[in-house]
Amino acid sequence: MSSRPALLVLLALAAGGCAVQPWVKPYERDRLADPIMSWDRHPVSNAYTHHVQESREAARGATGSSGGGCGCN
Amino acid sequence: MNASAERTGGHMPRNLEVERAGGRSPPNQASIGERLRRPAAARPAAAFAILLCASLGVRAGVLPEDRADVLYHYYDGGGVQIDGPSVLVRKSVGQDVSLNANYYVDSVSSASIDVITQASRYSEERKESTLGVDYLHRDTTLSLAWTKSDENDYRATTWNLGLSQEVFGGLTTLSMGYGRGSDDVGKRGTDFSAPADHWHYRLGLSQVLTRNLIASLDFEAVADEGFLNNPYRRVRYADAGSATGYSYQAEVYPRTRDSSAVALRGRYYLPYRAALSAGYRYYDDSWGISASTVEVGYTQPWRRWTFELGYRYYTQNAADFYSDLFPYADAQNFLARDKELASFSSQALRLAVGYEMPIGFTHLLDKGAINLVYDHFTYDYDNFRDLRVTGTAAGSEPLYGFSANVLQLFFSVWF
Repeated sequence: MSSRPALLVLLALAAGGCAVQPWVKPYERDRLADPIMSWDRHPVSNAYTHHVQESREAARGATGSSGGGCGCN
Repeated sequence: MNASAERTGGHMPRNLEVERAGGRSPPNQASIGERLRRPAAARPAAAFAILLCASLGVRAGVLPEDRADVLYHYYDGGGVQIDGPSVLVRKSVGQDVSLNANYYVDSVSSASIDVITQASRYSEERKESTLGVDYLHRDTTLSLAWTKSDENDYRATTWNLGLSQEVFGGLTTLSMGYGRGSDDVGKRGTDFSAPADHWHYRLGLSQVLTRNLIASLDFEAVADEGFLNNPYRRVRYADAGSATGYSYQAEVYPRTRDSSAVALRGRYYLPYRAALSAGYRYYDDSWGISASTVEVGYTQPWRRWTFELGYRYYTQNAADFYSDLFPYADAQNFLARDKELASFSSQALRLAVGYEMPIGFTHLLDKGAINLVYDHFTYDYDNFRDLRVTGTAAGSEPLYGFSANVLQLFFSVWF
Protein backbone atom coordinates (compact mmCIF):
# COMPACT_ATOMS: atom_id res chain seq x y z
CA MET A 1 0.00 0.00 0.00
CA SER A 2 1.17 3.49 -0.76
CA SER A 3 0.31 4.65 2.73
CA ARG A 4 3.12 2.59 4.25
CA PRO A 5 6.05 4.66 2.96
CA ALA A 6 4.15 7.76 3.89
CA LEU A 7 3.68 6.43 7.40
CA LEU A 8 7.38 5.63 7.65
CA VAL A 9 8.29 9.11 6.50
CA LEU A 10 5.88 10.58 9.01
CA LEU A 11 7.33 8.49 11.82
CA ALA A 12 10.85 9.45 10.79
CA LEU A 13 9.93 13.10 10.77
CA ALA A 14 8.20 12.77 14.09
CA ALA A 15 11.18 11.02 15.62
CA GLY A 16 13.36 13.72 14.15
CA GLY A 17 11.14 16.28 15.75
CA CYS A 18 11.70 14.72 19.12
CA ALA A 19 15.41 14.62 18.50
CA VAL A 20 15.57 18.38 18.16
CA GLN A 21 17.59 19.73 21.06
CA PRO A 22 16.83 23.22 22.33
CA TRP A 23 19.53 25.25 20.62
CA VAL A 24 19.01 28.14 22.99
CA LYS A 25 19.65 26.70 26.42
CA PRO A 26 17.56 27.78 29.37
CA TYR A 27 20.51 29.64 30.87
CA GLU A 28 20.84 31.56 27.58
CA ARG A 29 17.34 32.99 27.73
CA ASP A 30 17.96 35.82 30.14
CA ARG A 31 17.56 38.45 27.42
CA LEU A 32 14.36 36.88 26.13
CA ALA A 33 13.09 36.92 29.70
CA ASP A 34 13.44 40.69 29.90
CA PRO A 35 9.99 42.33 30.03
CA ILE A 36 10.85 44.50 27.01
CA MET A 37 10.88 41.29 24.92
CA SER A 38 7.35 40.29 25.86
CA TRP A 39 4.77 40.06 23.08
CA ASP A 40 2.08 41.30 25.39
CA ARG A 41 3.62 43.42 28.13
CA HIS A 42 0.42 45.37 28.79
CA PRO A 43 -2.62 43.24 27.88
CA VAL A 44 -5.19 45.87 28.78
CA SER A 45 -3.48 48.45 26.59
CA ASN A 46 -2.94 46.09 23.68
CA ALA A 47 -6.58 45.11 23.80
CA TYR A 48 -7.67 48.72 23.56
CA THR A 49 -5.23 49.52 20.75
CA HIS A 50 -6.52 46.62 18.66
CA HIS A 51 -10.05 47.76 19.34
CA VAL A 52 -9.27 51.24 18.00
CA GLN A 53 -7.59 49.83 14.90
CA GLU A 54 -10.18 47.21 14.04
CA SER A 55 -13.06 49.63 14.50
CA ARG A 56 -11.83 51.63 11.50
CA GLU A 57 -10.36 48.95 9.27
CA ALA A 58 -11.79 46.05 7.32
CA ALA A 59 -8.96 43.72 8.25
CA ARG A 60 -9.27 41.62 11.39
CA GLY A 61 -7.60 38.76 13.13
CA ALA A 62 -4.11 37.33 13.56
CA THR A 63 -3.31 39.96 16.14
CA GLY A 64 -1.33 37.30 17.91
CA SER A 65 -0.10 38.09 21.31
CA SER A 66 -3.13 39.93 22.52
CA GLY A 67 -5.15 36.78 22.75
CA GLY A 68 -4.22 35.23 26.01
CA GLY A 69 -7.62 33.79 26.63
CA CYS A 70 -8.35 36.78 28.79
CA GLY A 71 -11.15 37.90 26.50
CA CYS A 72 -9.69 41.34 26.73
CA ASN A 73 -8.58 42.12 23.24
CA MET B 1 -34.37 62.21 12.43
CA ASN B 2 -33.21 59.63 14.81
CA ALA B 3 -30.29 61.01 16.72
CA SER B 4 -28.44 57.77 16.32
CA ALA B 5 -28.80 57.64 12.60
CA GLU B 6 -25.21 56.87 11.94
CA ARG B 7 -22.57 55.09 13.86
CA THR B 8 -19.50 55.41 11.79
CA GLY B 9 -17.60 56.61 14.75
CA GLY B 10 -16.55 53.08 14.24
CA HIS B 11 -17.57 51.59 17.49
CA MET B 12 -20.12 49.21 16.22
CA PRO B 13 -18.98 46.12 18.09
CA ARG B 14 -19.13 43.91 15.01
CA ASN B 15 -16.70 41.14 15.55
CA LEU B 16 -14.56 42.80 18.09
CA GLU B 17 -15.76 40.69 20.90
CA VAL B 18 -15.03 37.61 18.90
CA GLU B 19 -11.53 38.83 18.40
CA ARG B 20 -10.96 39.40 22.03
CA ALA B 21 -9.76 36.13 23.25
CA GLY B 22 -7.33 33.87 21.67
CA GLY B 23 -5.83 30.66 22.64
CA ARG B 24 -2.35 31.84 23.12
CA SER B 25 -0.10 32.12 26.04
CA PRO B 26 3.08 33.52 24.56
CA PRO B 27 6.34 32.83 26.27
CA ASN B 28 6.49 36.12 28.05
CA GLN B 29 8.93 37.29 30.60
CA ALA B 30 7.30 35.43 33.42
CA SER B 31 7.08 32.12 31.67
CA ILE B 32 10.65 32.17 30.47
CA GLY B 33 11.84 33.41 33.79
CA GLU B 34 9.97 30.62 35.48
CA ARG B 35 11.50 28.11 33.13
CA LEU B 36 14.92 29.32 34.06
CA ARG B 37 14.25 28.30 37.62
CA ARG B 38 12.87 24.90 36.84
CA PRO B 39 14.89 21.78 36.36
CA ALA B 40 14.74 20.29 32.89
CA ALA B 41 12.14 17.61 32.57
CA ALA B 42 13.20 14.17 31.51
CA ARG B 43 13.05 13.63 27.81
CA PRO B 44 11.44 10.40 26.70
CA ALA B 45 13.89 7.83 25.50
CA ALA B 46 11.88 7.02 22.44
CA ALA B 47 9.04 8.82 20.81
CA PHE B 48 7.40 8.42 17.47
CA ALA B 49 5.06 11.31 17.11
CA ILE B 50 5.33 15.00 17.54
CA LEU B 51 2.23 14.95 19.65
CA LEU B 52 3.84 12.51 22.00
CA CYS B 53 6.85 14.73 21.96
CA ALA B 54 4.71 17.65 22.84
CA SER B 55 3.03 15.98 25.77
CA LEU B 56 5.95 14.19 27.34
CA GLY B 57 9.26 15.65 26.43
CA VAL B 58 8.98 19.08 27.85
CA ARG B 59 8.91 21.09 31.03
CA ALA B 60 6.00 22.83 32.59
CA GLY B 61 4.62 26.13 31.41
CA VAL B 62 3.37 28.85 33.68
CA LEU B 63 0.19 30.79 34.19
CA PRO B 64 -0.09 34.53 33.53
CA GLU B 65 1.09 36.85 36.29
CA ASP B 66 -1.31 38.06 38.96
CA ARG B 67 -1.92 41.70 38.18
CA ALA B 68 -4.55 44.40 38.03
CA ASP B 69 -4.75 47.22 35.51
CA VAL B 70 -6.92 50.30 35.56
CA LEU B 71 -6.89 52.14 32.25
CA TYR B 72 -8.50 55.34 31.04
CA HIS B 73 -8.75 55.74 27.28
CA TYR B 74 -9.55 58.78 25.21
CA TYR B 75 -10.08 58.96 21.45
CA ASP B 76 -10.63 62.16 19.48
CA GLY B 77 -10.79 62.11 15.70
CA GLY B 78 -13.07 62.62 12.73
CA GLY B 79 -15.66 64.39 14.85
CA VAL B 80 -15.88 61.48 17.28
CA GLN B 81 -14.90 61.50 20.96
CA ILE B 82 -14.80 58.26 22.87
CA ASP B 83 -13.55 57.70 26.36
CA GLY B 84 -13.99 55.38 29.29
CA PRO B 85 -12.29 52.95 31.64
CA SER B 86 -11.00 49.45 31.24
CA VAL B 87 -10.24 47.36 34.31
CA LEU B 88 -8.50 44.00 34.06
CA VAL B 89 -7.76 41.71 37.01
CA ARG B 90 -5.90 38.42 36.84
CA LYS B 91 -5.56 36.17 39.86
CA SER B 92 -4.33 32.63 40.17
CA VAL B 93 -6.13 30.06 42.25
CA GLY B 94 -3.76 27.38 43.39
CA GLN B 95 -1.00 26.22 41.05
CA ASP B 96 -3.04 25.34 37.99
CA VAL B 97 -5.79 27.88 37.53
CA SER B 98 -5.81 31.60 36.76
CA LEU B 99 -8.98 33.66 36.63
CA ASN B 100 -9.41 36.95 34.84
CA ALA B 101 -12.10 39.57 34.55
CA ASN B 102 -12.32 42.68 32.40
CA TYR B 103 -14.81 45.52 32.44
CA TYR B 104 -14.66 48.01 29.59
CA VAL B 105 -16.72 51.06 28.68
CA ASP B 106 -16.88 53.20 25.54
CA SER B 107 -18.71 56.50 26.00
CA VAL B 108 -19.25 57.80 22.49
CA SER B 109 -20.12 61.28 21.31
CA SER B 110 -20.28 61.24 17.55
CA ALA B 111 -20.49 63.93 14.94
CA SER B 112 -18.61 61.96 12.31
CA ILE B 113 -18.77 62.89 8.66
CA ASP B 114 -21.63 60.44 8.07
CA VAL B 115 -23.52 61.75 11.05
CA ILE B 116 -23.07 65.33 9.90
CA THR B 117 -24.12 64.65 6.33
CA GLN B 118 -26.98 62.27 7.04
CA ALA B 119 -28.16 62.77 10.61
CA SER B 120 -27.40 64.60 13.83
CA ARG B 121 -24.90 64.21 16.65
CA TYR B 122 -25.55 61.38 19.05
CA SER B 123 -24.17 59.95 22.25
CA GLU B 124 -24.20 56.38 23.44
CA GLU B 125 -22.44 53.98 25.69
CA ARG B 126 -21.14 50.47 25.22
CA LYS B 127 -20.29 48.24 28.16
CA GLU B 128 -18.39 45.04 27.87
CA SER B 129 -17.64 42.38 30.46
CA THR B 130 -15.35 39.40 30.15
CA LEU B 131 -14.74 36.47 32.43
CA GLY B 132 -12.01 33.99 31.67
CA VAL B 133 -10.11 31.08 33.12
CA ASP B 134 -6.76 29.55 32.21
CA TYR B 135 -5.95 26.02 33.25
CA LEU B 136 -2.39 24.78 33.16
CA HIS B 137 -1.41 21.14 32.95
CA ARG B 138 2.33 20.55 32.48
CA ASP B 139 3.10 22.43 29.23
CA THR B 140 -0.47 22.80 28.11
CA THR B 141 -2.60 25.83 28.83
CA LEU B 142 -6.33 25.61 28.26
CA SER B 143 -8.22 28.91 28.16
CA LEU B 144 -11.91 29.64 28.22
CA ALA B 145 -13.42 33.12 28.06
CA TRP B 146 -16.90 34.57 27.89
CA THR B 147 -17.57 38.13 26.75
CA LYS B 148 -20.78 40.11 26.77
CA SER B 149 -21.18 43.50 25.12
CA ASP B 150 -24.21 45.75 25.52
CA GLU B 151 -25.38 48.85 23.72
CA ASN B 152 -28.92 50.07 23.45
CA ASP B 153 -29.07 48.79 19.86
CA TYR B 154 -26.43 46.06 19.72
CA ARG B 155 -25.82 43.06 21.96
CA ALA B 156 -23.05 40.54 21.52
CA THR B 157 -22.02 37.39 23.33
CA THR B 158 -18.83 35.54 22.58
CA TRP B 159 -17.17 32.34 23.75
CA ASN B 160 -13.53 31.64 23.17
CA LEU B 161 -11.61 28.44 23.70
CA GLY B 162 -7.85 28.31 23.42
CA LEU B 163 -5.15 25.69 23.74
CA SER B 164 -1.43 26.33 23.80
CA GLN B 165 1.40 23.89 24.11
CA GLU B 166 5.10 24.40 24.64
CA VAL B 167 7.40 22.00 22.83
CA PHE B 168 11.10 21.52 22.10
CA GLY B 169 12.26 22.49 25.53
CA GLY B 170 10.19 25.61 25.60
CA LEU B 171 11.63 27.03 22.37
CA THR B 172 8.32 26.65 20.58
CA THR B 173 4.77 27.44 21.61
CA LEU B 174 1.98 26.08 19.46
CA SER B 175 -1.51 27.41 19.93
CA MET B 176 -4.97 27.07 18.53
CA GLY B 177 -8.19 28.82 19.28
CA TYR B 178 -11.86 28.76 18.49
CA GLY B 179 -14.28 31.64 18.96
CA ARG B 180 -18.03 31.75 18.60
CA GLY B 181 -19.97 34.98 18.65
CA SER B 182 -23.68 35.69 18.51
CA ASP B 183 -24.89 39.24 18.00
CA ASP B 184 -28.30 40.80 18.11
CA VAL B 185 -28.42 43.87 15.87
CA GLY B 186 -31.11 46.43 16.62
CA LYS B 187 -32.09 49.87 15.48
CA ARG B 188 -33.11 52.60 17.85
CA GLY B 189 -36.68 53.79 17.65
CA THR B 190 -37.79 50.67 15.82
CA ASP B 191 -38.39 47.04 16.64
CA PHE B 192 -35.80 45.96 14.11
CA SER B 193 -33.80 42.98 15.29
CA ALA B 194 -31.51 40.70 13.31
CA PRO B 195 -28.90 38.13 14.27
CA ALA B 196 -25.27 38.00 13.20
CA ASP B 197 -23.06 35.00 13.96
CA HIS B 198 -19.30 34.69 13.90
CA TRP B 199 -16.84 31.82 13.96
CA HIS B 200 -13.13 32.31 14.53
CA TYR B 201 -10.37 29.74 14.02
CA ARG B 202 -6.82 30.54 15.08
CA LEU B 203 -3.44 28.87 14.78
CA GLY B 204 -0.26 30.28 16.23
CA LEU B 205 3.41 29.47 16.50
CA SER B 206 5.87 31.35 18.67
CA GLN B 207 9.51 30.42 18.22
CA VAL B 208 12.73 31.28 20.02
CA LEU B 209 15.26 31.59 17.18
CA THR B 210 18.37 32.81 18.95
CA ARG B 211 19.16 34.09 22.43
CA ASN B 212 18.25 37.56 21.11
CA LEU B 213 15.45 36.87 18.67
CA ILE B 214 11.93 35.54 18.99
CA ALA B 215 9.38 35.27 16.17
CA SER B 216 5.73 34.38 15.81
CA LEU B 217 3.51 33.25 13.00
CA ASP B 218 -0.26 33.59 13.39
CA PHE B 219 -3.18 32.62 11.23
CA GLU B 220 -6.83 33.41 11.77
CA ALA B 221 -9.88 32.60 9.69
CA VAL B 222 -13.22 34.23 10.41
CA ALA B 223 -16.64 33.35 9.06
CA ASP B 224 -19.66 35.62 9.52
CA GLU B 225 -23.28 35.03 8.75
CA GLY B 226 -26.35 37.17 9.23
CA PHE B 227 -27.00 40.89 9.25
CA LEU B 228 -23.51 42.26 8.70
CA ASN B 229 -24.18 45.85 7.75
CA ASN B 230 -25.14 48.84 9.78
CA PRO B 231 -28.91 49.46 9.90
CA TYR B 232 -28.37 53.23 9.99
CA ARG B 233 -25.89 53.67 7.17
CA ARG B 234 -26.91 54.53 3.64
CA VAL B 235 -25.30 54.70 0.21
CA ARG B 236 -25.70 57.51 -2.27
CA TYR B 237 -26.56 57.30 -5.94
CA ALA B 238 -26.68 59.87 -8.72
CA ASP B 239 -30.07 61.54 -8.95
CA ALA B 240 -30.51 64.42 -11.38
CA GLY B 241 -33.79 65.28 -9.71
CA SER B 242 -32.10 66.10 -6.42
CA ALA B 243 -30.65 69.54 -5.69
CA THR B 244 -27.37 67.96 -4.59
CA GLY B 245 -27.24 65.68 -7.60
CA TYR B 246 -27.56 62.56 -5.49
CA SER B 247 -29.96 60.74 -3.18
CA TYR B 248 -29.59 58.06 -0.51
CA GLN B 249 -30.80 54.51 -0.09
CA ALA B 250 -30.13 51.85 2.55
CA GLU B 251 -26.94 49.87 2.18
CA VAL B 252 -27.20 46.15 1.39
CA TYR B 253 -24.41 43.73 2.31
CA PRO B 254 -23.99 40.04 1.61
CA ARG B 255 -25.14 37.85 4.47
CA THR B 256 -21.87 35.96 4.66
CA ARG B 257 -18.23 36.92 4.86
CA ASP B 258 -15.12 34.76 5.08
CA SER B 259 -11.72 36.18 5.85
CA SER B 260 -8.24 34.99 6.58
CA ALA B 261 -5.24 36.78 7.97
CA VAL B 262 -1.66 35.68 8.44
CA ALA B 263 0.93 37.60 10.42
CA LEU B 264 4.66 37.25 10.96
CA ARG B 265 6.28 39.15 13.81
CA GLY B 266 9.67 39.35 15.42
CA ARG B 267 11.36 40.90 18.44
CA TYR B 268 15.08 41.43 18.70
CA TYR B 269 17.09 42.23 21.80
CA LEU B 270 19.75 44.86 21.15
CA PRO B 271 23.13 44.61 22.89
CA TYR B 272 22.57 47.64 25.09
CA ARG B 273 19.24 46.45 26.54
CA ALA B 274 16.62 47.72 24.15
CA ALA B 275 14.17 45.88 21.91
CA LEU B 276 13.31 46.21 18.25
CA SER B 277 10.07 44.77 16.93
CA ALA B 278 8.66 44.36 13.45
CA GLY B 279 5.62 42.70 11.99
CA TYR B 280 3.68 42.18 8.81
CA ARG B 281 0.09 40.99 8.37
CA TYR B 282 -1.71 40.09 5.18
CA TYR B 283 -5.50 39.98 5.10
CA ASP B 284 -7.93 38.78 2.47
CA ASP B 285 -11.70 38.24 2.45
CA SER B 286 -14.60 37.11 0.31
CA TRP B 287 -15.81 40.70 -0.13
CA GLY B 288 -12.79 41.42 -2.29
CA ILE B 289 -10.82 43.28 0.35
CA SER B 290 -7.15 42.63 0.84
CA ALA B 291 -5.06 44.56 3.31
CA SER B 292 -1.48 44.82 4.49
CA THR B 293 -0.21 46.03 7.83
CA VAL B 294 3.41 46.84 8.65
CA GLU B 295 4.53 47.66 12.16
CA VAL B 296 7.86 48.56 13.70
CA GLY B 297 8.66 49.46 17.26
CA TYR B 298 11.52 50.34 19.54
CA THR B 299 11.56 49.97 23.32
CA GLN B 300 14.22 51.61 25.47
CA PRO B 301 14.35 51.16 29.24
CA TRP B 302 16.29 53.63 31.35
CA ARG B 303 16.47 53.14 35.11
CA ARG B 304 12.83 52.93 36.25
CA TRP B 305 11.56 54.38 32.98
CA THR B 306 10.61 52.70 29.74
CA PHE B 307 10.25 54.63 26.50
CA GLU B 308 8.58 53.28 23.41
CA LEU B 309 8.42 54.51 19.84
CA GLY B 310 6.26 52.85 17.19
CA TYR B 311 5.10 53.26 13.64
CA ARG B 312 2.29 51.41 11.85
CA TYR B 313 1.21 51.52 8.23
CA TYR B 314 -2.05 49.99 7.05
CA THR B 315 -3.55 49.87 3.57
CA GLN B 316 -6.57 48.14 2.03
CA ASN B 317 -8.46 48.11 -1.23
CA ALA B 318 -12.22 48.52 -1.44
CA ALA B 319 -14.89 45.84 -1.22
CA ASP B 320 -16.26 44.65 -4.56
CA PHE B 321 -19.64 46.23 -3.84
CA TYR B 322 -18.35 49.53 -2.50
CA SER B 323 -18.91 52.79 -4.34
CA ASP B 324 -18.80 56.39 -3.25
CA LEU B 325 -21.52 57.22 -5.77
CA PHE B 326 -23.65 54.56 -7.44
CA PRO B 327 -24.91 55.49 -10.94
CA TYR B 328 -28.57 55.01 -10.01
CA ALA B 329 -30.80 53.50 -7.32
CA ASP B 330 -30.49 49.75 -6.80
CA ALA B 331 -27.56 49.73 -9.21
CA GLN B 332 -26.45 46.29 -7.98
CA ASN B 333 -27.58 43.61 -5.57
CA PHE B 334 -25.07 44.64 -2.86
CA LEU B 335 -24.39 48.26 -2.01
CA ALA B 336 -21.94 49.79 0.44
CA ARG B 337 -20.59 53.23 1.17
CA ASP B 338 -18.98 52.51 4.49
CA LYS B 339 -15.56 54.13 4.58
CA GLU B 340 -14.24 51.05 6.40
CA LEU B 341 -14.89 49.19 3.14
CA ALA B 342 -13.34 51.90 0.96
CA SER B 343 -9.82 51.95 -0.39
CA PHE B 344 -7.60 53.82 2.06
CA SER B 345 -4.34 53.92 3.90
CA SER B 346 -3.62 54.78 7.49
CA GLN B 347 -0.49 55.68 9.40
CA ALA B 348 0.03 55.71 13.13
CA LEU B 349 2.84 57.04 15.27
CA ARG B 350 3.19 55.94 18.87
CA LEU B 351 4.99 57.54 21.78
CA ALA B 352 4.80 55.83 25.16
CA VAL B 353 6.43 56.24 28.52
CA GLY B 354 6.21 54.07 31.59
CA TYR B 355 7.48 54.41 35.14
CA GLU B 356 7.87 51.50 37.52
CA MET B 357 7.25 52.34 41.13
CA PRO B 358 8.50 50.63 44.22
CA ILE B 359 5.57 49.73 46.40
CA GLY B 360 6.67 50.52 49.90
CA PHE B 361 3.44 50.94 51.78
CA THR B 362 2.17 47.38 51.70
CA HIS B 363 3.51 43.87 51.50
CA LEU B 364 0.51 42.74 49.49
CA LEU B 365 1.83 44.21 46.25
CA ASP B 366 5.02 43.31 44.43
CA LYS B 367 5.34 46.37 42.25
CA GLY B 368 3.38 49.04 40.46
CA ALA B 369 3.70 50.93 37.20
CA ILE B 370 2.12 53.89 35.53
CA ASN B 371 2.05 54.25 31.75
CA LEU B 372 1.05 56.92 29.29
CA VAL B 373 0.57 55.97 25.65
CA TYR B 374 -0.11 58.41 22.84
CA ASP B 375 -1.04 57.38 19.30
CA HIS B 376 -1.56 59.70 16.38
CA PHE B 377 -3.50 58.18 13.46
CA THR B 378 -4.10 59.56 9.99
CA TYR B 379 -6.59 58.11 7.51
CA ASP B 380 -6.54 59.01 3.82
CA TYR B 381 -9.34 57.67 1.65
CA ASP B 382 -8.93 57.00 -2.07
CA ASN B 383 -12.60 56.74 -3.01
CA PHE B 384 -14.63 58.18 -0.15
CA ARG B 385 -15.52 61.80 -0.76
CA ASP B 386 -16.17 64.61 1.68
CA LEU B 387 -19.86 65.44 1.29
CA ARG B 388 -19.58 68.38 3.67
CA VAL B 389 -18.23 70.25 0.63
CA THR B 390 -21.14 71.46 -1.44
CA GLY B 391 -21.40 73.37 -4.66
CA THR B 392 -19.52 70.79 -6.70
CA ALA B 393 -20.89 68.16 -9.02
CA ALA B 394 -21.80 64.89 -7.32
CA GLY B 395 -18.74 62.66 -7.39
CA SER B 396 -16.23 65.48 -7.67
CA GLU B 397 -16.09 66.47 -3.99
CA PRO B 398 -12.62 66.35 -2.44
CA LEU B 399 -11.50 63.03 -0.99
CA TYR B 400 -12.02 62.61 2.73
CA GLY B 401 -9.32 62.17 5.33
CA PHE B 402 -8.98 62.71 9.05
CA SER B 403 -6.59 62.34 11.91
CA ALA B 404 -7.14 61.04 15.42
CA ASN B 405 -5.37 61.43 18.74
CA VAL B 406 -5.59 58.55 21.15
CA LEU B 407 -4.45 58.59 24.75
CA GLN B 408 -4.16 55.78 27.26
CA LEU B 409 -3.24 56.28 30.88
CA PHE B 410 -3.05 53.18 33.00
CA PHE B 411 -1.91 52.07 36.40
CA SER B 412 -0.82 48.49 37.00
CA VAL B 413 -0.04 46.54 40.14
CA TRP B 414 1.40 43.06 40.49
CA PHE B 415 0.53 41.05 43.55
